[in-house]
Amino acid sequence: MPKRDDINSVLVIGSGPIVIGQACEFDYSGTQACRVLREEGVRVILVNSNPATIMTDPDFADATYIEPITPEILETIIAKERPDAILPTLGGQTALNAAIALHERGILTKYNVELIGAKFEAIQKGEDRQIFKQLVLDAGADVAKSYIAHTVEEAVGFAEDLGYPLVVRPSFTMGGLGSGFAYTEEELRRIVGDGLHQSPTTEVLLEESILGWKEYELEMMRDTADNTVVVCSIENVDPVGVHTGDSITVAPALTLTDREYQKLRDIGIDIIRAVGVDTGGCNIQFAIDPANGRIIVIEMNPRVSRSSALASKATGFPIAKIAAKLALGYRLDEIPNDITKVTPASFEPTLDYVVVKVPRFAFEKFPKADARLTTTMKSVGEAMAIGRNYASALQKALRSLEKRGSSFHWGTETRSVEELLEVAEVPTDGRIVTVQQALRKGASIEQLFEATKIDPWFLDQIVLINEIADAVAASDTLDTEILRTAKDHGFSDAQIGELRGFGEADVRKVRHILGVRPVFKTVDTCAGEFPALTPYHYSSYDQETEVVASDRKKVVILGSGPNRIGQGVEFDYSCVHASFALSEAGYETIMINCNPETVSTDYDTSDRLYFEPLTLEDVLEIIHAESQSGELVGVVVQLGGQTALGLAKGLEAEGIPILGTSPTAIDLAEERGLFSGILADAGLLAPRNGVAIDFAGAVVVAEEIGYPVLVRPSYVLGGRGMEIIYDSGSLADYFTRMQGQGIIGPSHPLLVDRFLDDAIEIDVDAIYDGHELYIGGVMEHIEEAGVHSGDSSCTLPPVTLGRAEIDRVRDATLAIAKGIGVRGLLNVQFAIGAGVLYVLEANPRASRTVPFVAKALGITLAKAASLIMVGTTIAELKAAGKLPEIDGSRVPIDSPVAVKEAVLPFNRFRTQEGLIVDSVLGPEMRSTGEVMGIDRDFPRAFAKSQLAAYGGIPLTGTVFVSVSDRDKRAVILPMLRLSQLGYTIMATEGTAEVLRRNGIGATVVAKFSEKADESVDTVVDLIRREEVQIVINTPNGRTARADGYEIRAAAVAGDLPLFTTIAELAAAVGSIDSIRTGFEVTSLQEYAAQRTAAL
Amino acid sequence: MSYPTSTPAPAVLVLEDGTRYVGRAYGRQGQTLGEIVFATGMTGYQETLTDPSYAGQIVLMTAPHIGNTGANDEDMESSRIWVAGFVVREPARVPSNFRSQRTLEAELESHDIVGISGIDTRAITRHIRSKGAMRSGIFSGDRYDISESEQLELVRGGASMRGRNLSDDVSTVEPYSLPATGERIGSVAVLDLGVKTSTLNYLAERGFEVFVLPQSVTAEHVLSLKPSALFFSNGPGDPAASDAHVTLLQEVLRAGVPYFGICFGNQLLGRALGFGTYKLPFGHRGINQPVLDKATGRVEITSQNHGFAVDMPIEGVHESKTGFGKVEVSHYSLNDQVVEGIRCLDIPAFSVQYHPESASGPHDANYLFDRFRDVVVAHAAAGAGDAK
Repeated sequence: MPKRDDINSVLVIGSGPIVIGQACEFDYSGTQACRVLREEGVRVILVNSNPATIMTDPDFADATYIEPITPEILETIIAKERPDAILPTLGGQTALNAAIALHERGILTKYNVELIGAKFEAIQKGEDRQIFKQLVLDAGADVAKSYIAHTVEEAVGFAEDLGYPLVVRPSFTMGGLGSGFAYTEEELRRIVGDGLHQSPTTEVLLEESILGWKEYELEMMRDTADNTVVVCSIENVDPVGVHTGDSITVAPALTLTDREYQKLRDIGIDIIRAVGVDTGGCNIQFAIDPANGRIIVIEMNPRVSRSSALASKATGFPIAKIAAKLALGYRLDEIPNDITKVTPASFEPTLDYVVVKVPRFAFEKFPKADARLTTTMKSVGEAMAIGRNYASALQKALRSLEKRGSSFHWGTETRSVEELLEVAEVPTDGRIVTVQQALRKGASIEQLFEATKIDPWFLDQIVLINEIADAVAASDTLDTEILRTAKDHGFSDAQIGELRGFGEADVRKVRHILGVRPVFKTVDTCAGEFPALTPYHYSSYDQETEVVASDRKKVVILGSGPNRIGQGVEFDYSCVHASFALSEAGYETIMINCNPETVSTDYDTSDRLYFEPLTLEDVLEIIHAESQSGELVGVVVQLGGQTALGLAKGLEAEGIPILGTSPTAIDLAEERGLFSGILADAGLLAPRNGVAIDFAGAVVVAEEIGYPVLVRPSYVLGGRGMEIIYDSGSLADYFTRMQGQGIIGPSHPLLVDRFLDDAIEIDVDAIYDGHELYIGGVMEHIEEAGVHSGDSSCTLPPVTLGRAEIDRVRDATLAIAKGIGVRGLLNVQFAIGAGVLYVLEANPRASRTVPFVAKALGITLAKAASLIMVGTTIAELKAAGKLPEIDGSRVPIDSPVAVKEAVLPFNRFRTQEGLIVDSVLGPEMRSTGEVMGIDRDFPRAFAKSQLAAYGGIPLTGTVFVSVSDRDKRAVILPMLRLSQLGYTIMATEGTAEVLRRNGIGATVVAKFSEKADESVDTVVDLIRREEVQIVINTPNGRTARADGYEIRAAAVAGDLPLFTTIAELAAAVGSIDSIRTGFEVTSLQEYAAQRTAAL
Repeated sequence: MSYPTSTPAPAVLVLEDGTRYVGRAYGRQGQTLGEIVFATGMTGYQETLTDPSYAGQIVLMTAPHIGNTGANDEDMESSRIWVAGFVVREPARVPSNFRSQRTLEAELESHDIVGISGIDTRAITRHIRSKGAMRSGIFSGDRYDISESEQLELVRGGASMRGRNLSDDVSTVEPYSLPATGERIGSVAVLDLGVKTSTLNYLAERGFEVFVLPQSVTAEHVLSLKPSALFFSNGPGDPAASDAHVTLLQEVLRAGVPYFGICFGNQLLGRALGFGTYKLPFGHRGINQPVLDKATGRVEITSQNHGFAVDMPIEGVHESKTGFGKVEVSHYSLNDQVVEGIRCLDIPAFSVQYHPESASGPHDANYLFDRFRDVVVAHAAAGAGDAK
């Protein structure tokens, strides 16, 4: 059937904030879908609460709503826009769940709007475990023995039959949230208890354990004519027991015969048919018993998933794009293959290379969290690499992680084989390196298979890598042959240098003299059978290169690598925008990145795409190859976060032109002494500060400037290692914890600042062209100074700053931009305390808030900055209409207010004992994502941001409050208001006393530590029994935190709104009236029209 | 067999245009000549190696890792390896699969297959794609050391696939039969032009008693067996050089016997109906090939291995020039619109260019064996012959 002519407008639902298990892969898929729908002439209405995404760029839809993804708001949008259809299969579990809610509430019927991509019945069949199990059995396939439990007691009963260990999986959750292995009844009770809570249908599946089996995934697509194709097979290197998102995975599957593979394919086709996915994609997970080949179907997702994004990048087959076309009624054979142009999409890609994906974890941000990998996903990002063999793809992927110790090494290893085998038995971040060490120390493949159940073929590949390492070390000279062998197996110059006892740069020099350089191959979906028209490249030490010469001026854009806390989709947004702007300006754009989740690694975002690690070596080789085939203008380093910025010096040293702010200027901002000079010249103040390279030095500095102090290592992003220290004891403790992480030392001194209590923090994003400063936005933090800017909510325009204060901020920003010598983007953080303006830090690069500024005010800083980097002036940009005449420091009075709120992953992490990790906000960033609320005033915008972040505060119920002494004064007014609004108030004794004296009725509740016996109900008991709906708890410095911890942990476990700062509480209280009246929705395009009309 | 420490023996792949690729010896050392072709399947190397259609060809696998699952007895598509030579990038050092009985390298050595590894297989694939299939040779061991010009001369002196009849090389010498494994519906005479084990098994499963006949049999002999149907298998060589098989087919068709052909059997039906065949620039060899069934509008992902094709317009109904009535193209390739299936409208005969037995490859087209059975059963029911 060709395209349907009855669908003229489609509502696309995005996936909301980035959380663990649902990251920017859905920005990639959503962006592709929006593009396709518009190309097909369909009016696109988009809703997504995440402002950092590229899909919410107003250019990608006709009406873009940055609004909470709730049934009520969706109904408001549907009523206003009256779409013909809703496409819910590209926004992850969030969009699918939203579609289910719309169906169940009758909203779809009421407005006569159709679900496309997947019908309600198909969603139900794929996601409901009982229905799905039957369907798999009907398809003649096997499932693990299982039971559905609705209560903990029921689960304990079933466990007797299944035996321990067993698997617990809650229904309708994403990223394996709430699932895990139970080895004992005690663990079972805990996991089932949590799982029932996480599941919207209060049910969990208990399953026979298939731990240690081989795990596979198939990515499939089906159209209305029942044409079905397998786009990609993926094999997990880590066997069953580790969530696929946390596994090292490889595409295509490498240890299956054709018979076994075709069996999986047959089962997959039967299932997708039975579920009824007929206009889109799905992914199916299988387990295979390595001993006898028994196949079990684990699960299927009737939607585009994280694995679909990986499969799209791995094969060049754009699953989301095709899914959107299928949803419009096209058949697979009616859609051309983008890469070959001449062949259709109704085929199965074949690979002549190997793709390896490795997860990136953030356990360093949650030191107490249990770092064992289970069926609950814990990684925050991933890197992918492509090689002509498994060894090179694996080694490239590991170095793409940009994390100390993530690559194989051949240095000192003091642990014995026995110790290493024992460590390797437990899946953790970096287990693959432990495996490599064990093999290197002489463990056999059999022993490691026994310990890890990793397939012997994969283990042998590590043996091979070790053998080559030995040969490199033993070789008399570094000759062409040994270099080629090592490079063909993915060894970096740094690894070869380590083995030979000299530096990376020297290896490179020798290698270049010998002419050992990589060639670049093409990802073409067809293993070379047809000519590929898309320059999507990866390196290999092969014979023939496929880079085509061009006579256009080239600009290389360095991406931001794997997502991590502190560096996520926001940076990809800036890179993609730079690519668009520079391409429009006539440059040939060359993107380098290794993150498969992103829009930047879509083959049609830039003119050329190199899917390569972002290390100096890999980037230099690409630049060399591109310089051979045309004129390179320079490299953009200021948009890809610390990853790209960190390469600036090395590139400059090799004579590569850096566009925009020079590496020397970047140093001026990073290096404390130099930066102080700039501030002094401009008459600006910083909090009293000093630097230290060790504990002794830090104590001297801290005592001189006075506690509390804020400490932070230099050259880090996301506040890594940043803490507020109240005394020398805590400082000693801090140094103990940071030891061995290599982030403090003579070349990376620790910055020690006086901590400004009770100050207002301000973030500024600006661009500077050498003559003129243009402010993108002045953002006021809602939390006081001390909470990392990435975890703090903020408002744009500022709501409590006066005109004079904004002018001071503007002048200071200009002075700093001039002083540093910025050409492009600049982010400055200020604090205003007791009327004094302090400069906290300045970063001459894209910040996390660039996309937020773009969505809130319509000022596209990244595009403007990239043009400034190639010599355009701000005046020219204004004249060309690429920047509004009036900058972001002068927001008209009737402009809407946008509030950004952070989303935190605390409910993902447990300690080894199964306890929740503490959720107090601090100077080290721990949020994974953000949402934006935008409305006509602050209370409404704030309320929307809360609604989007966690569902918003309940309008009735019981509020529990316990605050530190310094907050007791400030808490009175908000509590009074809550009391007037009819909430019941409970408080700990001290807080209750203050409230009562101020005329606010409050019931006293025992602290957790006051529990004498079972008859006493503490606040923790009340929270667990769901007798409390809102929790307010502010921490007391660094000591006496135990009670607070228990309260916060219970609140996080129960998913209750939790306020740990009074500022945020006050904002929430102020927003309650607006929640009661309900929300209106306005699209970004309508806001833009209002801005134009106002001029 | 760790290789960086023990220096591997060198080998060279020489193409008839003079291009040389130096790599490592794989399998038996020595010399081999044949037409170089590339196969794009990511699984199924053992089925490929034992597929008689690859006789006379040096097969390059575009998938880089080959041999990971070892070799076993079950996945043999015939009694031996037929490829003239084998080209891979990364041979496995350790096989890993619960069905593996031996390493692939040992299998190659025991079948005397000369191969080469460690070369830029993608560069060669692109070369063949743009220049077309050509004669080639692999030289290792003492043959590696002979002069480049001598190697090139040997390659250029090799047989060209055009005009080559290889049926006698691959066909069974003696006839043999297999009992029906499904409920018996009749018998089928299979002309073994390089038949695969899976094909015979599927025919038997569909209820056919299977008579496998040498390629040299006469039409009289075939008809004397009174088969319910005739089947021509896949096989190597140029269909234009198989006049005797075409004549045989025409005679049996005139006798009203239902016919099904696969691959070579499709080309021969085309010729029997009076159409020509031609050589494709570099052929279709993979297990991901999309084919459209014109009758249903559905796409099948098929397993293919052919260097020649039937020359017939894909649209419309055509008159057989040899008197078999109306004919149409039933299936064609969505990649390049090459004829992939023929259906006769006036006689019970049809054939496909691809491999419904698909070993290796997807099972999408397996229904064709059902269709064949249904045609034969219907034909018998119509009283045109005794199918029992």
